[in-house]
Parts: sequence; C-alpha cells; structure tokens
Amino acid sequence: MKALCWTGINKLQVEDVDEPTILEPRDAIVKVTLSTSCGSDLHLLGGYVPGMRAGDVLGHEFMGEIVAVGSGVEKRKVGDRVVVCSFMSCGQCFYCVNGLTSLCDNTNPHPGLGEGLFGASTGGCFGYSQITGGFAGSHAEYVRVPHIDTGAFPIPDGVTDEQAVFASDAVPTGWMGADLGGVKPGDVVAVWGAGGVGQMAARASMLLGAEKVIVIDRLPERLEQARSIIGAETLDYSDTEVMAELRERTGGRGPDVSIEAVGMEAHSERPDYLYDRVKTALKLETDRPTAVREAIMATRKGGSVFVLGVFGGLVDKFPLGAVMNKGLTLRSAQQHGHRYIPMLLERIAAGEIPTGHLATHVMPLADAPKGYEMFKTKDDGCVRAVFRP
Amino acid sequence: MSKKSVFVIAAVAGAAVAGTVAARRLRQGGSEDSAGPDDQVEGSTDRWRVVTIAADPEQIAPEGRLPTPLADLDELIEVRFEPAPGDRGTELAARPRAGASHPDDQNDLARMIRRALRESKQLIEAGELATNEPQPEGHRPATPAGLVVDALSRRSPEEGVL
Repeated sequence: MKALCWTGINKLQVEDVDEPTILEPRDAIVKVTLSTSCGSDLHLLGGYVPGMRAGDVLGHEFMGEIVAVGSGVEKRKVGDRVVVCSFMSCGQCFYCVNGLTSLCDNTNPHPGLGEGLFGASTGGCFGYSQITGGFAGSHAEYVRVPHIDTGAFPIPDGVTDEQAVFASDAVPTGWMGADLGGVKPGDVVAVWGAGGVGQMAARASMLLGAEKVIVIDRLPERLEQARSIIGAETLDYSDTEVMAELRERTGGRGPDVSIEAVGMEAHSERPDYLYDRVKTALKLETDRPTAVREAIMATRKGGSVFVLGVFGGLVDKFPLGAVMNKGLTLRSAQQHGHRYIPMLLERIAAGEIPTGHLATHVMPLADAPKGYEMFKTKDDGCVRAVFRP
Repeated sequence: MSKKSVFVIAAVAGAAVAGTVAARRLRQGGSEDSAGPDDQVEGSTDRWRVVTIAADPEQIAPEGRLPTPLADLDELIEVRFEPAPGDRGTELAARPRAGASHPDDQNDLARMIRRALRESKQLIEAGELATNEPQPEGHRPATPAGLVVDALSRRSPEEGVL
C-alpha cells in the first residue's frame, strides 16, 4: 500500500509499504478515508520532536472504515464508519479509568524513552515518533488500531468525512483545553493560535459559557475563520501589543482563562522571540515558549493557563514568578479524547461545532508532501491539508 | 542523515540516559527513607522495582502463581505485594533474590525485571502486550542516527526509571 513516510528533517516521501496486520486480539484494521495534517506534525517534520526514524509513517488524526477485527473485539465490527482517537487507551489502567487516557500505562511499547525524557511515558499515539510508541501513522491506505473498542467511535449519520476527521484530535484537544482549563459561564477566555486546535478551543469555551472569547494570531485567513465561523473576537498580534490590548478588552483584569494552542515553534513580534531563536539555534534550548510566556503574563490574578501546544523538551526564561505571585493554575496535557469524542460527535451533528471549514485543502495521499509544504508555509490560506488515500 | 538530525538523536539519547541515571541515583540516595533499611539490598541493580496494577493480589497471582513474565524469573527474584493507596489496586514489587545472579550480570537481571513487571501489568490490566512489530514502514537507511533510535527503541521496554 501507499504511505507517507518521514525520511529525514523536512523530507517526506510517499512510499510502497507492507499492509498492517492484526497483531493482538483487540486490534482492528481501519481503511483510512481521510487523514489530516496537524500543526504538531510540523514539529516532527522539522526535527524538533526527538525520536523520529527514517521510514516512520506519519499521521495521527483520521477516520475510516473498519475492515478487519481481532478475536477479542466486542463493540466494533467490520463495516463501522469510525473516527479514531489519535492517542491509544487500554481502558483499564488507573489513568484510563480516570479519564486521563493519553497517559495510558499499557499502550506504549517504548516506555523507557518517555521515562528518560519526562520521568514517565505517555500512552501510545499513531505516527508520532518512537517516544509515543513508534506506531505506524494514518497517512496510509490502512492502519492497525490497537484497542479498537476503546479508541474508535461510530460517526453519526449526517456528519461528513470532512467534519468527522477533526473529531480524532483537534476537536477533543480544544475541548479539553477549555474544560480542564476551567472555563465557566461568564468567563473571558483568550486563545493563542487560530489553527484547528485553537479554533476548537475557542468554540468549546463559548459552549461552556464564556461571555467573551478572543483568538490571537497573525494570519488573516485564520482570524477570519475564528470570527465568521467560530464567532470569536480576534486579535492580530502583528498589528498591536497583545497584553495591552487584552487588558483593554478585559476591563484591565486580563483573561480568566488563557489557552495556548501554539506549541514549541511559536512566532512573536516580541524581543524574547529573537532570544528563543538564538538559543534554539545554538541548541541551548529545545522549544520556543513565546506564547506560553505571554499567556502567563496576560492572565488575570488567580486565573488559569492551559498549555495545549506540544512541547518536547526544555525552555528558558519561564516566568515562574508570575505563576506563583499571581496565583495562577497551570495545566497541560496531550489530549484525553476518549472522554469527549462521543459527546463532540453529537455536537458536530447538531451543528454546534463547525469543523469542515478547517479542511481547506483536500488532496490525494500521493500529493501529501506538497500538502505539508503548503501547510507549513501557510500557502494559499492553508489551515489543514487533508489526505484521501 | 543531516548533522542536525544526528545532533537531535544524540541529544535524545543523552537526555534519556541522563534522565534515567539521574532518577536512579535520586531514588538510590533516598531509598533508606522511602523503603526502610530492612528492605534494602546493596546497589541500585538490586533494589525493589514496583508497578501498581489495578487488580487484587488474587487476580495478579491466583493461588500464588505469578504472572508468566515474572514466573519465568522465579528462581532469580523475590516478589512482594502490597495494597496501593486510594483503591488503586496492588503494588507489585520484584528484586533479585539475595545471592542470585544472572548468567551475564546484575544489570541484565534488572532489565529483565523491569520488562517482566511491565508485561505483567499489561497482561493483567489490558489483556495483551503493547506491541507494534511487524508494522508498515518505509525504507530505513542504516545511518548513525537511525541506529541510535533503533537501539534505544529496542531496549526501552527494559530501561527507564522503573
């Protein structure tokens, strides 16, 4: 079959690879209908997330049809049209039982890597480096899905492929940021990043009762989507001073909840961005936390900051004094999608969460290297390049 | 493979090893306070290694029979069960039996214990082992960086801070 492989830093290639097989009783094989690029893939592509191996199949956000199941599968069956959570959950360990499914103890075959880097390993994830298990990704014609009963969710009738695919990752990730960030009725929420995850975090905040949601970015087409489709206010950071503007729009308080949906390759107009560029170039820092710093400084006293963007290593000049003295709550996680996806699919079906507009560029898998180039450079207003194998 | 790639992989390897070693040293240094002097055996390779399993001791070792991955090491290890706080199940611990030595060395036995504890937990909780081989993959050139990633990945089930 055809699959998109990472072949080196900033190098991708569609290759002929073996088809996946059932390895364990709870496995299934899913024929991929749509698989989307994600901003976090760019960290892999650029070599910022360690542990990539030439030949790794990329892709973690996808939907499709089940074409084979193992002997231990009970809930799902051949023919089901499903969206698959990007992280894997055994459904039985302490973390899965408590809804912290991306922390699953039992789905990562490479626990020593995460333990060495982070002190503990995450659960398994499709197509996201050896650190999350080295599983083959979804930018392929077929993908093996371990623990299909817990990880795949039937798509309601009336929800299109282009709408459903984002329920795999972007929608639950955004919802989790608002939910675990503690958004409640009457809050003012600021979201850094108007990509797919940022837009979904903004929409989730609104549905959880926020009175005002402000999305911050510099790309006009994304800010336009955040305004016209999501219904949020927007702030172009290339055109104004973010913290002053936020103070002005929040009665001098700052946002009650700040959600960072940018990650380790943040851009900014501020001097600390240049500082981070130099330090990362000299390998004295692995990630650029520009948006996290700004979110911490902007948030009101006693507010909360949720880090949704992916970080892989060490950052410098972290404003811990602001966190402590302002009494902030700081939280973060890879997505715990299993607790949210069924509810979110219903909300998508009901028209409460618009998602299809994120798929600005749908193309055959054969064009995926070109799609990633467009996605990386934001060429032609690309918000997400989505591949149809 | 580019120089940047080699650097990143080397950094990962360094961080992973350094993190693991540092954690082990910390745990070794603080072990008397945390586990009590009676439980200590000299040297980090001989210490208790513990996983928490969401199951009762009877489910983990019915009629005293250890789960297969640990049973395979039965002559070489001793095992301890304790209730985990907060209804989280059972803390299953294993360490080399006093005087026991693996044919190769004690580090090899420590690695085998880590793997056996993890696999026991996976089998009891999830019903199967986390695995991904064989699976689809593209061309894997034999580069220095690739060899490092392959080696780290291959050894990761028996390495880490456990």
